[in-house]
Amino acid sequence: MLTKRIIPCLDVDKGRVVKGIRFQNLRDAGDPVEQALAYERQGADEIVFLDITASSDRRDTVLEMVRRTAYELSIPFTVGGGIRSYSDVRRVLLAGADKVSLNTAAVLDPTVISEGAEIFGSQCIVVAIDAKRAGMDRWEVYIYGGRRPTGIDAVDWAKRAEMMGAGEILLTSMDYDGSKDGYDILLTRRIAESVNIPVIASGGAGNAEHMRRALADGKADAVLAASIFHYGEYTVGQVKEYLSRAGIPVRV
Amino acid sequence: MMKVAVLDLGLGNLMSIKRGLERAGADVSLVNGDEGLEAGSGGSCCIGGCVGAVVLPGVGAFRDGMKAASKFAATLNGVREGKTMLLGVCLGMQMLFSRSQEGGECEGLGLIKGDVVRLPATVKVPHMGWNSIEITTGSHRLTRGVKGGEYFYFVHSYYCVPEERSAVSADVDYGVRMPAIVERGNVFGTQFHPEKSGPAGVAVIRNFLEEAKR
Repeated sequence: MLTKRIIPCLDVDKGRVVKGIRFQNLRDAGDPVEQALAYERQGADEIVFLDITASSDRRDTVLEMVRRTAYELSIPFTVGGGIRSYSDVRRVLLAGADKVSLNTAAVLDPTVISEGAEIFGSQCIVVAIDAKRAGMDRWEVYIYGGRRPTGIDAVDWAKRAEMMGAGEILLTSMDYDGSKDGYDILLTRRIAESVNIPVIASGGAGNAEHMRRALADGKADAVLAASIFHYGEYTVGQVKEYLSRAGIPVRV
Repeated sequence: MMKVAVLDLGLGNLMSIKRGLERAGADVSLVNGDEGLEAGSGGSCCIGGCVGAVVLPGVGAFRDGMKAASKFAATLNGVREGKTMLLGVCLGMQMLFSRSQEGGECEGLGLIKGDVVRLPATVKVPHMGWNSIEITTGSHRLTRGVKGGEYFYFVHSYYCVPEERSAVSADVDYGVRMPAIVERGNVFGTQFHPEKSGPAGVAVIRNFLEEAKR
């Protein structure tokens, strides 16, 4: 049976992890590759790196991180943040990432999805959607790191992204992100039921029960979380044990 | 150390498969065409000499893969004649079959008889993530030491339908039961990515290298 995936997310700035797990046995706790390996050992199913570097020399530090990660990690990883064009997609994938995650660039020019999917396959192209509630059963897509509303309906955009060739949706609820009150179950389920590609729920995880709800009630195929893993509140293994006992199929 | 050549179809990054093979103890070179595998061509390796096996990697679309495979006609003839061990990964496994529906009907290498067809509309496509395999009654050379129910990382939208069940040594269930591992003589294939499947994947690659040593 296909299992539900548990995906730790690492925020990376200038090649360093911003919020990191506090493992005593890491040689360099700020090194994204070391952190990713620690999560792999805990049983993570995939890793997502979100690059938040603002400076202009970002490209080289990202590619260097991707190359080192591809060398060390034996599970899949995705790179998102600051991927602006097809040539960025190409560079990151050829450096060894399994998938790239497109957000603002995909909204501004959806052909970047189809170009990437055509050359590298849909499975490499993740479309990340930042969505904020805009009424009853309606969510609006935001871009530029959640700073700019687009007027686009999140469900419509998810369907369009699938049509353009996206292989997966990484869905972040802006209302719940950082709240630790749980994922937006309603939003997650609406999107998961609207597309025929996997959906990763993101934003709001405070405990393992929140993850169970996103997977069982929200019908997500995977859950992404950052802080509950970073601050050592849970290991990936503990989350999986909880989910497994609750009847969610996970790789343990 | 077993020397293995990864056939570069030019369709993506081969770092992961190279590293996976290295983790399992292989000495890996990436080659761009038959000339890279011929003795005395100045290539770093040669079939029948120091290269023990070749790997057909798992990225890209079927048609592009088959087009690129023409660069390796002599090498693949060696496989057909039973002289060279071959492991096909994901798309590489699908290319072993007679034909595929991907992108309109397209002929495959025909090393294993059967078709490659689209996953049913009843499941999310691609089949993406960790799924458990069921070991069937096959030759079990790649699954030696691998327990039934072990998880591997899959990502694909098409699947193989072999004419003969005897070529299948493990299945996976995703809406349909489909081959996860095929083995036929000197030809092997995994629908999953062993290079992305942690220690279980390394074990499968190591079994392949062991077979190539025989």
